Amino acid sequence: MRISRILKLGVVAASFAAVAATAQAQTVKIGVVLPYSGVGAEFAQQVDRGMQVFMKLNPGAFGPYKVELIKRDSKNPSGAEAKTAVQELIAQDKVDMLTGFIYSPDAIASASLFTEAKKPAVIMNAGTAWITNLSPMIARVSFSMWHAGHAMGEASVKTLKAKTAVVGYSDFPPGRDSLDAFKRAFEANGGKVIDAIPMGGPGQVPDFTPFFQRAKDRKPDVFFVFVPSGDHAVAVMKTYNALGMRQGGIKLVGPGDLTPDYKLQGMGDEAVGLITAHHYNADLDNAHNKRFVETWKKDYGANATPDFMAVQGYDGMAAIAHAVVAMKGRMDPEGTMNALRGWKFDSPRGPLSIDPATRDIVMNEYLSEVVKQGGRLVQKNIGVITAVKDMCKELKEGKCK
Amino acid sequence: MSPAPDALQRRHRFQWWELLPWATGLAMFFAFPNYLSFGTQLLVTILFALSLDLVLGYAGIVTLGHAAFFCVGAYTVGILAQQLGWNEPLSGLVAAGLAAGIVGLISGFVLLRTHGLTLLMVTLCTMTLLEQAANMGHAWTGGFDGMPGLSFTMILGLFPFDVLYFKSQYLYSLSVLALGFVVVRTLVYSSFGQSLTGIRENLLRMHAVGAPVRGRLIVAYGISAALAGVAGGLFTQVTGYVNLAVLGLERAAGVMIILILGGHGRLYGAFVGAVAYLVLEHLLAKAYPTAWQLGLGLTLVAVALFARGGLIGLFEKLRGAR
Repeated sequence: MRISRILKLGVVAASFAAVAATAQAQTVKIGVVLPYSGVGAEFAQQVDRGMQVFMKLNPGAFGPYKVELIKRDSKNPSGAEAKTAVQELIAQDKVDMLTGFIYSPDAIASASLFTEAKKPAVIMNAGTAWITNLSPMIARVSFSMWHAGHAMGEASVKTLKAKTAVVGYSDFPPGRDSLDAFKRAFEANGGKVIDAIPMGGPGQVPDFTPFFQRAKDRKPDVFFVFVPSGDHAVAVMKTYNALGMRQGGIKLVGPGDLTPDYKLQGMGDEAVGLITAHHYNADLDNAHNKRFVETWKKDYGANATPDFMAVQGYDGMAAIAHAVVAMKGRMDPEGTMNALRGWKFDSPRGPLSIDPATRDIVMNEYLSEVVKQGGRLVQKNIGVITAVKDMCKELKEGKCK
Repeated sequence: MSPAPDALQRRHRFQWWELLPWATGLAMFFAFPNYLSFGTQLLVTILFALSLDLVLGYAGIVTLGHAAFFCVGAYTVGILAQQLGWNEPLSGLVAAGLAAGIVGLISGFVLLRTHGLTLLMVTLCTMTLLEQAANMGHAWTGGFDGMPGLSFTMILGLFPFDVLYFKSQYLYSLSVLALGFVVVRTLVYSSFGQSLTGIRENLLRMHAVGAPVRGRLIVAYGISAALAGVAGGLFTQVTGYVNLAVLGLERAAGVMIILILGGHGRLYGAFVGAVAYLVLEHLLAKAYPTAWQLGLGLTLVAVALFARGGLIGLFEKLRGAR
């Protein structure tokens, strides 16, 4: 009698525990930290939409497991706001993983929390190379500034046959990283960087004329420019043409930040001939990308175009989906990181993987030239470097040691 | 005693309701253990707003560059910890206050020759110059990417910094704020503080009675700068990170909005303003990550239109009307 009662209780308790366990296993909470307001809102929208498109195109990607996204605004890039958001997501909302992070300071400031709380974080943008060294809980699906900078330096010599270069850069970390990366690759391949010009900060768009005039006077074969994607890039094109640098035989090159896909048509014919190296552009010719861009235009309007941040949001969700399925919805931190290490994916940007050693992305860098086709500007693929790693860590440069 | 001097004397004494903010601060610690990171930032902001109240509210110096002193304090603590390995928190705060105070005295000596709109512009320019200097010295400051992984030793050798839940940081900040508040309160009710109010209300008469106006203003500016520096140092310690965003118009204007929202020249305006502004922002931003600024903006417009003395002024008016 008594024994059967105890047994009964035991069965009831066990079934409760089982129900609790499955409920817990089925809903995986993901904290999304993006600058939804302020100057970064444009970027956050690209990433957020990229995530949505992934969910739409791959409804079965999470298997039987339910995923709940909890979105938080990281506001200004002070790091402190993002850190507060991350702290609450961990302590209050009990998230299993974190993702987002447009600005590098947001990821840098939050890194100690990832380590302390053992919460895996999938970085969807923040491009400062050494971020992945800050915590073993970080995996990055975006890029490091060295990816495009180094690729462009190599391609400038090998493909464009340039011997001399001048570098102009916005004077903040991504700019200085781009300068270092380009210079390193350009000179390793036999070229020479004859001048490096800091061109104001990332806040306001400066008058580029004096900087470009100085570059023009040095008569280099290529002029490598890094400025923040967006309005800066439009001003760069205008100044380059106003000073007649193209006619002077100076090729304008840079990372894809110069050709933000959603601003390209607005740049007009002035952009024709511009050569960039980047891991994504909306004109990439593969089946996955066609489907991605098509869905995007259907959902957000014919004039909307996804850019590199959008595809990073897409791939970030793919990485999270992979981890959730691999862990069967129980997001043990070490196991999750192991699942992310070496993960391979056929993305709209082509094949990519996460380097098991550095937890940073390995992907193709595309060399493209802006051409006019059927009345609109198109990025024509003129070369590709496959399986590019973050060269900062490969070469152990500066803070990447 | 006639009622007027009696009232003047009475207002120096602590009132029972002055315990309320501190009791609330402690109650928050137990009521919201998962929001202490936000709570800590809130306390730092109150301290910063309090320092601005001393110059803006009491001395009537209208400045847009107060974030410069916050930044000096923040970077003093950061650079000492990262470059020299000096990461004892209390002495770090003292160093931050000293450094910012010295910068305040020197810049006050030059800047306070001007007033009104000119002063507003010049303080803004000083801050911009400092911002550029911090960017150019990125080998020391880390520039936009900042200084990662700053860590500090235990507070008083007893309480380690709580990376995940911010418990010790919250109580630490509350104590520093209480100390700062006692300093400011004593100061504004002293004869020195009264002369500052005199300068704000009637500059000409203060000159006429032979008060050393310029000297008083510079000293007040220096003290306020030191306090802002302590707030900055505290910010670096509790966040464990500092970058260029400690500077800039957003922080400088933000703290001014907080003070005006709460009510300047009222001591507790900094408390009410910071709590109202930050809690509203925090809740709105959480509920509507993309559109929260609309709600915040509308609230500010309403306060500017209907509550000229800030929230405390509104409260005083309601009490007076009754």
